[in-house]
Amino acid sequence: MDDRICKIPSGCGVSGIISKNGNLFSGERIILSICNMVERGNGLGSGFAGYGIYPEFSDKWCFHIMYNSEKDIETCEDYLEANFEIIHSESIPTNKNHKLKNIPIMWRYFLKIKEEKINEEAKSTEEDFIVKTVMFINKKIESAFVISSGKNMGIFKGVGNPDEIADFFKIYDYKGYLWISHNRFPTNTVGWWGGAHPFGILNWAVVHNGEISSYGINRRYLENFGYYCTLFTDTEVITYLFDLLYRKHKIDFETIGNILASPFWFQIERIEDENCKNFLKSLRIIYGPGLINGPFGIIVANSEYMVGLNDRIKLRPLVAGEDEDFYYLSSEESAIRIISKDLKNVYEIEAGKPVIFKIKWQK
Amino acid sequence: MAKVKKISEFVVDRDLEKCIKCQACVRMCSNDVHIYDEEFDIVRNDNSKCVGCHFCESICPTEAIEIKRNTSDIKENYHWKKEYIVDIQKQAETGGVILTGMGCDKHYKNYFDHILLNASQVTNPSIDPLREPMELKTFIGRKPDRIEYEFKNGNLILKTKIPPQLELETPIMFSAMSFGSISLNAMKSLAKAAKDFGTYWNTGEGGLPEELYEYADRCIVQVASGRFGVNIDYLEKAGAIEIKIGQGAKPGIGGHLPGEKVTEQISKTRMIPEGTDALSPAPHHDIYSIEDLKQLIFALKEATSYKKPVGVKIAAVHNVAPIASGIVRAGVDYIVIDGVRGGTGAAPKIIRDNVGIPIEIAIAVVDQRLREEGIRNNASIIAAGGFRKSSDVIKAIALGADAVYIGTAALISLGCHLCQKCYTGKCNWGIATQDPYLTKRLNPEIGAKRVYNLLRAWSLEIKEMLGGMGINAIESLRGNREQLRGIDLNEIELKMLGIKHAGEAW
Repeated sequence: MDDRICKIPSGCGVSGIISKNGNLFSGERIILSICNMVERGNGLGSGFAGYGIYPEFSDKWCFHIMYNSEKDIETCEDYLEANFEIIHSESIPTNKNHKLKNIPIMWRYFLKIKEEKINEEAKSTEEDFIVKTVMFINKKIESAFVISSGKNMGIFKGVGNPDEIADFFKIYDYKGYLWISHNRFPTNTVGWWGGAHPFGILNWAVVHNGEISSYGINRRYLENFGYYCTLFTDTEVITYLFDLLYRKHKIDFETIGNILASPFWFQIERIEDENCKNFLKSLRIIYGPGLINGPFGIIVANSEYMVGLNDRIKLRPLVAGEDEDFYYLSSEESAIRIISKDLKNVYEIEAGKPVIFKIKWQK
Repeated sequence: MAKVKKISEFVVDRDLEKCIKCQACVRMCSNDVHIYDEEFDIVRNDNSKCVGCHFCESICPTEAIEIKRNTSDIKENYHWKKEYIVDIQKQAETGGVILTGMGCDKHYKNYFDHILLNASQVTNPSIDPLREPMELKTFIGRKPDRIEYEFKNGNLILKTKIPPQLELETPIMFSAMSFGSISLNAMKSLAKAAKDFGTYWNTGEGGLPEELYEYADRCIVQVASGRFGVNIDYLEKAGAIEIKIGQGAKPGIGGHLPGEKVTEQISKTRMIPEGTDALSPAPHHDIYSIEDLKQLIFALKEATSYKKPVGVKIAAVHNVAPIASGIVRAGVDYIVIDGVRGGTGAAPKIIRDNVGIPIEIAIAVVDQRLREEGIRNNASIIAAGGFRKSSDVIKAIALGADAVYIGTAALISLGCHLCQKCYTGKCNWGIATQDPYLTKRLNPEIGAKRVYNLLRAWSLEIKEMLGGMGINAIESLRGNREQLRGIDLNEIELKMLGIKHAGEAW
C-alpha cells in the first residue's frame, strides 16, 4: 500500500525561535533545540522552516517541490512554465553522506507570476493564484508535491531524526530570522517524506504536536473554500485554516484562537460585555466546522509572526519564553534552555489562548 | 362460500385463578376485547379485536393478563407472508385501501445497524464527560460564510449580522405531530419537555391549540397543503415556520382527518367547520415547482419580518440531493428530510412500506451535495425518520445532519407500544385519540417528565460517545465521517454513505 494515502496519527516535539528585530541567525540554534527532545520523536519524520533564507530572491515566490519519481518532473515544470517566469531553479543542496531511505527528488524554483495570469481573473490576488497552483500540482500531478510556496522562506523535511534531516539539508548553512522545527513520533511506519512537518502554503509554516479528532469535518469545511487536503495528515488542515481565516477572512490571531480553540459556552455565557459575548457566539455559529477538536500544540509562522496555540483543554505541552533578542516556543523548556542562557518570562501557554510574537523590523 | 375467519394477531391469556373480575380491563379497553359474562361471572375475550397495546396488562391489579402472539398460524412461506395473506383477505371483504400507523416496519437494510463509531486510543486522549465540559449546543439556521468586524478606538464593531437561529441544548427535536393525530395531552407533554430542556416541538399541520400558547416560543409551526390553522398569530408566536411538502411515511400523498374526529376544539384550531373532513391535498396547489416554493418561503419571511427561520420538510426520495439543493437555493434556513421509516398517524400501508429511501443515505447524499455546491452553510439539515436510540442520532450527525427529529421514540416514552393502530383513534394510552375518556389517561405533567427524561438520557449517552472519540463539541462531529466505519456493506453503499469500511485506517 502506498502509505501516502493513509493518515498517520502521531505524537511529536515542536520548537520555534523568532528574532525580536528580524536579525538573521544560523539554523544551528534550531537544530540544537529540536535535537534536545529526542524522546519526542522516533526517527520517522523531522523538518525545518526558515524565514529570510533567500535574500537574493526575496520578492520571488519560492516553491520547494518534492518528486517521488522522475516521470512527473517534466509535466510539473511545463505547468510552472505556463504560469510563471522561472527566475532560477536548482536542486535543493543536500549532504550525500547519510543513511536515509526513500529519498525523493527535491527541487526549488524561484518564480514570478506571468502578468496575464493575474489579469485573467479580475478579483484574484497573487496569493489566490499561488494557492490554486499548489492545489493543482498536489491534486493532479501524481508524484509531485509542493512542500512550501512562500517568499524568502522554505521548508525542509523528510523521514529521519532531526539531526539527520538537519545534516541532510545542511540547515546550518542557512541564515534566517525565524525558524520552526518538528520532531515526529508517528504511530506506524511511514516512508513518505511529504508527511513530515512543517506544512506550508504561501508564507505559512505549521508544526503540530497532536491528533485532530475533528479532521473529518475540518477537511470537508475547507473544501467549501477551495482547499483540498492532499498530504493526508491533519496538520494540513491547520495550515489551510490559518490561510483562510487570516488572509482571506482578515481575522486577527487572537480571534483565530477563539475559532480554532473556542471558549466553552459556559465561559461565553459568563461574559458581561454583551458586545463581546455576541461576537464570540457569532464566531462559534459561523466557524463551528473550523473548531479543531482533539489534542494539539502548534507553532504557526509567517513572514513576521510566530504564534503558539494549544487546544481548549490543554492536552499537549507548549512553553513560551524570551531573552534579550529572541522569543521562543517549544514542547519542552529544556529545548529552549539549551539555546538561551538568560531565559526569562518562561510559562506554559494557556489552553486555547494564542501567544503571538511579532517582529519589530529594524531600519 | 364459507366465511374466512379473521385471524387474530394476539390472544389474551387470562389467568382465571388470579382474575378477581374487577372488570377494569372491560371498562378500559377501547377496542372492546374484554367482555364480562354475567351468566357465568367470568371475563371473556374477543381476541380478534386485540391490537397488542398492552394497556390492560399494565392496569390489571392482579397481573392476571398477558398478551401473547397468536400461535395458531396459517401456513405462510418465504414469498407469501402471513401479513400479505391477511391483507388480501381484508381487501376481499372491504375493497378498500389498507391503512396503518407509525413508520415502515419492513426488512430494508437499516444502515444505522451497519455503522460503527470510533474511539480514542493512545494518540489522543478520550475525554470524561463527567469531569470535562461536553457541548451539544446546536444552532439551526442559515450561517454566513464569514465574519466581518473591525476595531474602532479600541471598540469591537461586529458588522456581520447572524440570520435568525434556533438555539438547541441538544441536537434532538420533536417531529411534527398534529392536533388531531395526537391528543392535546400528548402535545402538551412534548411541548413542556421541549421548553424545559431547551429544544423545539412541532405543531404538525393541525394548527396551534390555544392551550399551548405558553409553549409557542419553543414551537415550530407547519404550513402544509391544507393550510390548517395558519393565521398571523400562529406565524408570529412560533419559534420557526416549516413548510411541509412531504413526509417519509407517505411521500407524494396527502392526508385525511375524518369529519367525526373534527371536534369543536380541533375545528377551532384548524379553522374548519366542526364535523367536516380535513383534507390535505397531495401537493400544495400553489406550489407546482421550485419557483413557487420560493415565493411561499419569502411570503412567510415577509409576514414575520425575517425574524424567524423558515424551513421546508420533504420526504427522502430518489432525487433528494438535487431537490434539497434547489430548496436551499430557494432561500430556506433549514431543510428537513424524512426517511422511509418516518412515522405517521395514518397512511396507506402500501405507500408507507414501499416509497422513499433510508434516511441514512439521504443525509449523506444531501450533505455531500450541498458541500460540493458550496452552499452547506446556507441551511441546516434536520434528519427525521425512525431514530430508535442515541447512537442512531450521533451517527446521523456524523453523516452530516445538524439535528434530528424524533417522533415515535418520544411517543414510546409516553406509553405507546407501537401497535400501529393510531388511525383508529382508539389509542388506549391516550396519545393518538381525541376521546376524552382515553386522553385523560395521559397526564401531561408526568408525560412531560418522561419525555424530558428521554432527552436527558440520550444526551448523556451522546456525551459519553463524543468523549470517547476525544471530541468535546458536537460541531466537531457534525459531518465528520472519519469517525464512522461501515460493516457488512458493499462498495456502492459505502460510497453513498461516504464512509470507509471497518478496518480501513484514516
